[in-house]
Amino acid sequence: MLDLSKYQSIGEALRDALDRFSEEVCLIEADREREKERLTYREFKRRALPLARALQEAGFASGDRASIIMTNQSKWLISAYAVFFAGGVLVPLDYKLTSDEQWQLLKHSGSSILITEYPIWRQLSASAGRTAATNIATVLVTEAPVGVDLAGAQRWEEFHSTGEPVFVPRKRSDTASIVYSSGTGGRPKGCMMTHENYLEQCIALTSIYPFWPGVRYLSILPTNHAIDFMVGFFGPFTCGAAVVHLRTLRPEYVREAFPKYKITYVSLVPLVLKNLQKGLQARFDALPPGKRKLFNTLVAINKALTNRQPRPRISRLLLKQVHAAFGGELRTIIVGGAFTEPQTLQFFYNLGIPVANGYGLTEAGTAITVNDLNPFRADTVGKPLPGMEVRIVNPAGDGVGEVAVRSKTVMSGYLNDPELTTETIVDGWLMTGDLGKLDEAGHLILSGRKKNMIVTEEGKNIYPEDIEKAFESLPVKEFCVFAANYIWPKRSMTGERLVLVLHLEPGHQYSDELRRDINARNHRLLNYKRVHGVVLLDEDFPRTASLKIKRTELTARLARLDSATAIQPL
Amino acid sequence: MRTLEQTTQEVLELAARHFNLPARSLAPEDDFFKKLGIDSLQTLEMLSRLENHFGIELPDYEVQGVSDFKTLAERIQSRL
Repeated sequence: MLDLSKYQSIGEALRDALDRFSEEVCLIEADREREKERLTYREFKRRALPLARALQEAGFASGDRASIIMTNQSKWLISAYAVFFAGGVLVPLDYKLTSDEQWQLLKHSGSSILITEYPIWRQLSASAGRTAATNIATVLVTEAPVGVDLAGAQRWEEFHSTGEPVFVPRKRSDTASIVYSSGTGGRPKGCMMTHENYLEQCIALTSIYPFWPGVRYLSILPTNHAIDFMVGFFGPFTCGAAVVHLRTLRPEYVREAFPKYKITYVSLVPLVLKNLQKGLQARFDALPPGKRKLFNTLVAINKALTNRQPRPRISRLLLKQVHAAFGGELRTIIVGGAFTEPQTLQFFYNLGIPVANGYGLTEAGTAITVNDLNPFRADTVGKPLPGMEVRIVNPAGDGVGEVAVRSKTVMSGYLNDPELTTETIVDGWLMTGDLGKLDEAGHLILSGRKKNMIVTEEGKNIYPEDIEKAFESLPVKEFCVFAANYIWPKRSMTGERLVLVLHLEPGHQYSDELRRDINARNHRLLNYKRVHGVVLLDEDFPRTASLKIKRTELTARLARLDSATAIQPL
Repeated sequence: MRTLEQTTQEVLELAARHFNLPARSLAPEDDFFKKLGIDSLQTLEMLSRLENHFGIELPDYEVQGVSDFKTLAERIQSRL
């Protein structure tokens, strides 16, 4: 791989990688059973530079911001490289957000360019939110059908220029990307990630999970997500590896991709990993008794032989059919975005498929700790990566306190929000808001959250404030949304739920009509953002002089209620 | 050519069969995440069944943000 310690920026490192690995395959794109595209690093460069040149001719200059809203595909990475080449700041946005949410973040980011795909643009251009984001001067749309009205956008495929683009150098301390960790409803949290953040994170991660030419990484998590950006783009590219994109994420096509493309690594969220486990377990359970017994014996032998460290060759030999279904070359499944249950991790490890579980957050530049498999432990989220300092702030008697991190990978701050930055980065330490402790071996064990938020099994961070808008004008005196575990702390990282706290108008009852109204509003939210139950509080919410709800004080009042009876399911 | 009503009815019947529910227990306006108690992955599996049934390809982006049978049926109808 490239020696990233010598580089100043993502663009500089990628530029060298494209030349150094020019004949290696860097991208494969498939749509269902059809392979659509296969590019070498040389071809990737040929696609990206004319775009970089056209961006520069359109006035895009050093430090300017460009947003990408696209599903995982070659054009995502080609566009991102063109932006970095031209010295720009990349703003990768979640394609799963609603159009209004996307416009909100486009406005907040100050992007002058938007690169998106036609189906997304069709919805974006029709959304009322467009009028607010006047900062977007140029919209590039991929794969637009012939003859359609592009509503002021230009075709990505035609937006290129033949001249030589000028590479624009950036410093390590310059912002490379603005990545939104949340905040579509109220207070956008745009993490300003520097070039150094990415370079150092890549050095740390690849020291444990290396890439090399010939490695094939299956990119399923959205590339706007910090994990896929690192292990599905920057990491493999600076090592000459290949990234496989699937345009359809139906389980049957994902399953087919493993043997078809001989996948080496894949990143998944816990929900998908558990689904895989369920499918495999069902197949094992369906084996005839004799075969089942033999299979269990082989798993037990594999478990004993890999007790201290993974031994892929032995595992592949012992459990040939299981490994063949994964293509026979899968080294590790990387799982992230949310907490994974230990029994799921152990299930895969027993089959000889290590799961690299870890812990991280966008603000820390992806991963903070990772399981180094030396030996494998399902009960922790691993040890801090090289270069990461982790400490437990204000530990209680059992050693559990808030996890704080200091490292070169920690963001420089939140865009346009110095107040939140000061609250989050204290004396150089990033306060994660998560609770945990370090054991004697230096492994981090997470045990809950201090912050008012939930993380779903799909890896979505949901902040209650962000969904309160859905309940505006509800016929109640006042309302507020909370993470249930924030009110009633639980030593758990799973089963997190949101609750809607209601203070009814005097003399009003919690009627069926009100419940129906809440349900209707709830359903307008994306399924993973919905509240789970209602808590009734018969007193005024504490408020500041400017009438903002004092959430900490309100939490203390709610905590006096019995959670078992206080939450009424919707 | 099916009407939208016919398509909707077939979607409901197929979903009911796929998840072992009585066909009459599902209505066009129902939120399938809630009614069927399924997650986004199971939804993708259901879509594959629907594609096979209707003989169409339904790109993932077409069903992004869709959570009720009626809208799902409309998206299918537009591709028939």
